[in-house]
Amino acid sequence: MAAPKRLTRDEVAHVAGLARLDLTEDELDLFTEQLATVLDHAADVASLDLDGVPPTAHAMSVSNVLRPDEPRPVLDRDEVLGQAPAVEDHRFRVPSILGEAP
Amino acid sequence: MTSPRPAYHLANAVRSGARSALEVAEEHLAAIEAGDSAIHAFNLVTADLARRQAVAVDRTVADGQDPGPLAGVPVALKDNLCTRAVPTTCSSRILAGWCPPYDATVVTRLREAGAVVLGKTNMDEFAMGSSTETSATGPTRNPHHTGRVPGGSSGGSAAAVAAGFAPLALGSDTGGSIRQPAALCGVVGMKPTYGTVSRYGLVAFASSLDQIGPFAHTVADAALLFDVIGGHDPCDSTSLNRPTPRVLSVLDDGVAGLTIGVVSEFLDGAAPDVVARIRSAADALAAAGARVEEVSVPEVRFGLSAYYLIAPGEASSNLARYDGVRYGLRVDAEDTAAMNAATRSAGFGAEVKRRIMLGTYVLSAGYMDAYYNQALRVRTRIIEGFAAAYERFDVLLGPTAPTTAFSLGEKTGDPLSMYLSDVCTIPSNLAGHPAISVPFGSGDDGLPVGVQLLGPALSEGTIMKTAAVVEAAAPELPAPALGVPA
Repeated sequence: MAAPKRLTRDEVAHVAGLARLDLTEDELDLFTEQLATVLDHAADVASLDLDGVPPTAHAMSVSNVLRPDEPRPVLDRDEVLGQAPAVEDHRFRVPSILGEAP
Repeated sequence: MTSPRPAYHLANAVRSGARSALEVAEEHLAAIEAGDSAIHAFNLVTADLARRQAVAVDRTVADGQDPGPLAGVPVALKDNLCTRAVPTTCSSRILAGWCPPYDATVVTRLREAGAVVLGKTNMDEFAMGSSTETSATGPTRNPHHTGRVPGGSSGGSAAAVAAGFAPLALGSDTGGSIRQPAALCGVVGMKPTYGTVSRYGLVAFASSLDQIGPFAHTVADAALLFDVIGGHDPCDSTSLNRPTPRVLSVLDDGVAGLTIGVVSEFLDGAAPDVVARIRSAADALAAAGARVEEVSVPEVRFGLSAYYLIAPGEASSNLARYDGVRYGLRVDAEDTAAMNAATRSAGFGAEVKRRIMLGTYVLSAGYMDAYYNQALRVRTRIIEGFAAAYERFDVLLGPTAPTTAFSLGEKTGDPLSMYLSDVCTIPSNLAGHPAISVPFGSGDDGLPVGVQLLGPALSEGTIMKTAAVVEAAAPELPAPALGVPA
């Protein structure tokens, strides 16, 4: 498999948007160079011929982990909400979404 | 061939009533008070909690009952292990002041075994780093030389043990974050088989790689702690539902009859003084009756590249939860999307941002196959490479880290050079295998060198009895002039 082309500043800006990170112009310059260097190092992997080798997502795979569907103690609601930045009527409060009034 | 077992002896003294747990706790709290300003091993010292737990242990002894195998033994916890109502920050601004509503399973097991929690130790932010310098609370310093890093990411836990602040500590190891700081600080650190220690309550970095494990002064004390924290947990769906190896009982079995392979790829990039120590350790194992040969495991050369695609990929997903809604920092903005971005931009440090972006990139459309999926195929190859080696060898051996502790600031400007610190430790994480670092003398600069012993899944007993032989043959390492006198 051919190694992809070098990472660009525009791609880093796009990825930062996807990851909900606001970067300054200086950060964009710095991170573009640093991330491109890491990806260049990874070119040894990207260029290996591994056709037919199955991927491993988990080395010690376990499947169908089930437990009896029985009621049991859960986290204390007030203790959980007590850690939230903003709460209203026992719910997490956030600013407006999709432009509607809060 | 008996090694000192400070934690084991402490627990026995408390269980028998010869020493009080409160007195032991006070002694360690005083050592931290006197010495930690120079080291910064701790983000938080839980003095009141430690005293309360110690008093409860003493009361259990007074009532004629057994508080457990870690009775009164002080333990330091990496600050990514959830402690109910006690701040757990991952050394990140985004979790500053957060008090989890539950305890990690390992914290519960420690308490049930009679241990006393001294506090939460410093770490690289969200365990992303190899020097503890990405911490938002400032770096930890190496107790053997305060101008050097302690390694990372569990640098605070390693330094706490090395400095004598705590006889035992817990860390987490995603790509070497227990073993590498153990090596650089001259203590024992073990990464167990994936799934043997519950991750419930461990703040996730890369879920398919993360594993909690012990730090101790000696192999026997690490085994004591592993036996307490290991075992199936229904709260972690990746926890192995099969018997966990019990290691304490096999520690003195020796290495006669074992075949041990010195991994040539691990020696290739290591400094000459480190290589010389590894060869001495191999000679000691041969003298103790093992058959020792050099072996090539060529697949491990691709471990670093594969890891720095897989781990950031998983991290970018795991760290999406820090959005300013349910816990931790919030930076207000006009709408929720802007609030999420403002919060994350202010709350995460540079290394965490780099890894989130790298992970988002390698998982994005158009690049997933070239990078992430390709790395998962390399992971298969590494597992196959180890499997071939373990057909001939019981244990593999190499350095834990390519060099002794480097200087503070030396690698912070060049992420790739920092990542290379993990080149010998990463393959075990990718394979899910156990590995342990044991101190073996010092390099030309007088700083500790760690020998790493690797084995196949669930071979903790074998690698730790081998580690005990290495430990018994190890040259003396001067102890740092801090902490509780032994």
